[in-house]
Amino acid sequence: MKRVYVNEEWCLGCHLCEYNCAFAATGETDMAKALKGVTIHPKIQIEENNRISFAVSCRHCDDPICVKSCIAGAISKTDGVVHVDKSKCVGCYTCILVCPYGAVMPAPDGHAIQKCELCTDNACGEPACVKGCPNGAIVFEER
Amino acid sequence: MNYVILGNSTAAVGCIEGIRSVDPQGTITVISDEPYAAYSRPLISYLLYGSTTEEKMRIRPDDFYEKMKVKTFLGKKAVRVDSGRKAVALDSGESIPFDRLLIATGSRPFVPPMQGLDKVGKKFSFLTLNDAKALESVLTSESRVLIVGAGLIGLKCAEGIRGRVGSITVVDLADRILPSILDEAGSEMVKKHIGQNGIKFLLGDSVAEFEENRAHLKSGGAVDFDVLVVAVGVRPNTELAAEAGCEVGRGVAIDEASATSVPGIYAAGDCCECRDITTGQRRVLAILPNAYLQGETAGVNMAGGEKSFANAVPMNAIGFFGLHVLTAGSYDGEEIVETKPGVYKKLIVKDHLLKGFILIGEIARAGIYTSLIREQTPLDTVDFELLKQKPQLMAFTAERRAVKLGGAK
Repeated sequence: MKRVYVNEEWCLGCHLCEYNCAFAATGETDMAKALKGVTIHPKIQIEENNRISFAVSCRHCDDPICVKSCIAGAISKTDGVVHVDKSKCVGCYTCILVCPYGAVMPAPDGHAIQKCELCTDNACGEPACVKGCPNGAIVFEER
Repeated sequence: MNYVILGNSTAAVGCIEGIRSVDPQGTITVISDEPYAAYSRPLISYLLYGSTTEEKMRIRPDDFYEKMKVKTFLGKKAVRVDSGRKAVALDSGESIPFDRLLIATGSRPFVPPMQGLDKVGKKFSFLTLNDAKALESVLTSESRVLIVGAGLIGLKCAEGIRGRVGSITVVDLADRILPSILDEAGSEMVKKHIGQNGIKFLLGDSVAEFEENRAHLKSGGAVDFDVLVVAVGVRPNTELAAEAGCEVGRGVAIDEASATSVPGIYAAGDCCECRDITTGQRRVLAILPNAYLQGETAGVNMAGGEKSFANAVPMNAIGFFGLHVLTAGSYDGEEIVETKPGVYKKLIVKDHLLKGFILIGEIARAGIYTSLIREQTPLDTVDFELLKQKPQLMAFTAERRAVKLGGAK
């Protein structure tokens, strides 16, 4: 199954993946218009320290503990994608408590969670973070 | 193979999915005294709050039992397990034979003897969907509600109904709230927040005697009420397992395969006790993720596969009126505490391991801490100074990150 993988040594720490993620979720066509002056809530996040940086997003685990721990039955995995049904999610954050990658976060409204769904939840067609990465630091492939 | 599951909540669903991951054909029968498809017990407070519905509370799609080829006896009660004849007797008189049995009978409310309790007309527990429906049916915007018990169940109930009643008073013998998951400072912070949302607390006190609409307190005061909720605690339903010959302590004793002491009989969920790896002690870990993981483990093993669930830890994610509280593990050890307005954070370290944490108000990426506890990661193999600042994968070595994020084996 294709996944988003990180080539840490190529990451520039430019945060473009975060912007592309947030932009893909808006459904707009002009990034500058869509994000100007807006606090973004991306589902991929850059960690950086000293001269190391890398992007972290949902791993779509083979044995996803968020799915098994969800108290609402709101998280499921189909065709390799761990998906959250926001209409069922009550925002208890048990998934945030158990995700070993720190890849699940509260949605901006606080009433549900959000996570990377490999852009199957928007019109992008393929992971926007990967498509926009200028240095091949994140890739979408089989490994 | 003939599988029978007693209970129809999270552990049962885990068991069904575990069995079907190994055995697509065997006969699975689920027996439950509740007349509903599997629903989320912890969501009953959200149902009364209005943030979910009875349909959305179901933890699997409507076609789950059909797809999984599960025969259900819902609204029927198992009254006896005959481990010799390998059959379960139902209250309807039927006898259901099994080759492998899962006991996932959950827990029931513990109602301590309280003088005059029988005089109270509108009194409720708060564990099941029927409890929630019964409570809801008597609530009015004028209701004065008295909740006995300032634990997880009592306080989620309080939050769930706050917007639809006149007043809520919570009384508890303990001198602080949520003692099962919080330390004193954490309790105080959450209590203050809940109090600001209109819930009144009477702590370090208890009801000496009830009249129909009045509770006389040990301290000498009295509380007038229209509706009483008793949420003092729960007790595992272990009777069927004990009669079947299973070893029972506080809960049904299970091993890492979710097997009981009787061959062919497994158990999972709130009726069980298992080993908490943060203390090494056996205890009832009545939390939903454990129920699923124990149930799934049981299912795989019942079907002849091999699965072990060997790292159970206590953990809770709970929120009250927008304030989120995430906790895990045990709290005996060196404490690293950080506080700032609206935030309380405590890490507990012992034997070079992260043993537990309390995060209130700032909960981002808490699972990275939980994974250190569950995987018993030696803290000298990570950059713990970074982890003290916040949970982050940067604290792991580049080699570990290559495995976690880069797909390296």
